[in-house]
Amino acid sequence: MDFEPSDEPVALKILIAGGFGVGKTTLVGAISEIRPLRTEEVLSDRGIGIDDTDGVEGKTTTTVAMDFGRITIREGLVVYLFGTPGQERFWFMWDELSYGALGAVVLADTRRLTDCFPSIDYFEQRGTPFIVAVNCFDDADRYDTEDVRSALDLDPDVPVLMCDVRRRASAKTVLITLVEHSLKVLTASQS
Amino acid sequence: MTHWMDEEAGPVVRPYALVGGRTRSSGDALDLVALVTATGAAPSGGFVPGPEQERILALVTTATSVADVASELGLPLGVVRVLLGDLQDHGLISIGRASASERILKEVINGLRAL
Ligand SMILES: Nc1nc2c(ncn2[C@@H]2O[C@H](COP(=O)(O)OP(=O)(O)OP(=O)(O)O)[C@@H](O)[C@H]2O)c(=O)[nH]1
Ligand SMILES: [Mg+2]
Repeated sequence: MDFEPSDEPVALKILIAGGFGVGKTTLVGAISEIRPLRTEEVLSDRGIGIDDTDGVEGKTTTTVAMDFGRITIREGLVVYLFGTPGQERFWFMWDELSYGALGAVVLADTRRLTDCFPSIDYFEQRGTPFIVAVNCFDDADRYDTEDVRSALDLDPDVPVLMCDVRRRASAKTVLITLVEHSLKVLTASQS
Repeated sequence: MTHWMDEEAGPVVRPYALVGGRTRSSGDALDLVALVTATGAAPSGGFVPGPEQERILALVTTATSVADVASELGLPLGVVRVLLGDLQDHGLISIGRASASERILKEVINGLRAL
């Protein structure tokens, strides 16, 4: 049992992942105020393509703008949302983003379902609690959550839900579903 | 300081000029939501905080996340990390991170519902 003084400030981190153009920025903006956040990182070996820097001395840096939103639950309790960069050359950022994260929302688009495979693989391997939220674009065919679950070969305990990330109420439901799932995972790990 | 335009990011100060081209290895990377608080100690040992570090010290009189520091200062995270690392090495800030308890998560769920 840990005794936590109630006034100790707590900051929590939620990741919003998914393929290119799936609605990550829209989701962060629907539920929180988006703030500017840049990171200029030195590319690690993993981030550098084979053709890149053979024999080149010095540091290779790249600037990445991230989706960054903040939800204040109360004074001293803040939830931060981070949209993960989609491109694979930014994988190295994922490690740092996911470190200590409460959980991740993997956004999926049924027209391009496989785009979210890398995110799912990643969070499964890291052991980061995640849910899959299917962003229902207007011209996409409708599927039910179980179709999506089996197409993505998800564990039965991974929540899957339909959403429209442009709507604040829907974005809210997505986040609540994730935190409830994280709570379940936490409780299970403690018992 | 030199300002110029970065086509994607807008006007920038060449960030690594602020920290002499240094970076911190990811081994001691600060978590984005680690909370930074000024200790109130006076600089000692010949260390003089630079202007950006003075701005950080003014900002973190109450606990502020690393991401918020970067966002408020308009500096890339990598640079902010180095600036914070120096301040920490000289005892001017403390950096901590409280982990999420069941109670906190329940509070977050209720808080989100009430949004
Ligand atoms: N019809 C419809 N359009 C949406 C929905 N969500 C997002 N869009 C639109 O789809 C486009 C892409 O959305 P973004 O939020 O920028 O997607 P993203 O995942 O941040 O994209 P990248 O950062 O480029 O990978 C935007 O023009 C949105 O307005 C949705 O639920 N329905
Ligand atoms: Mg985006």
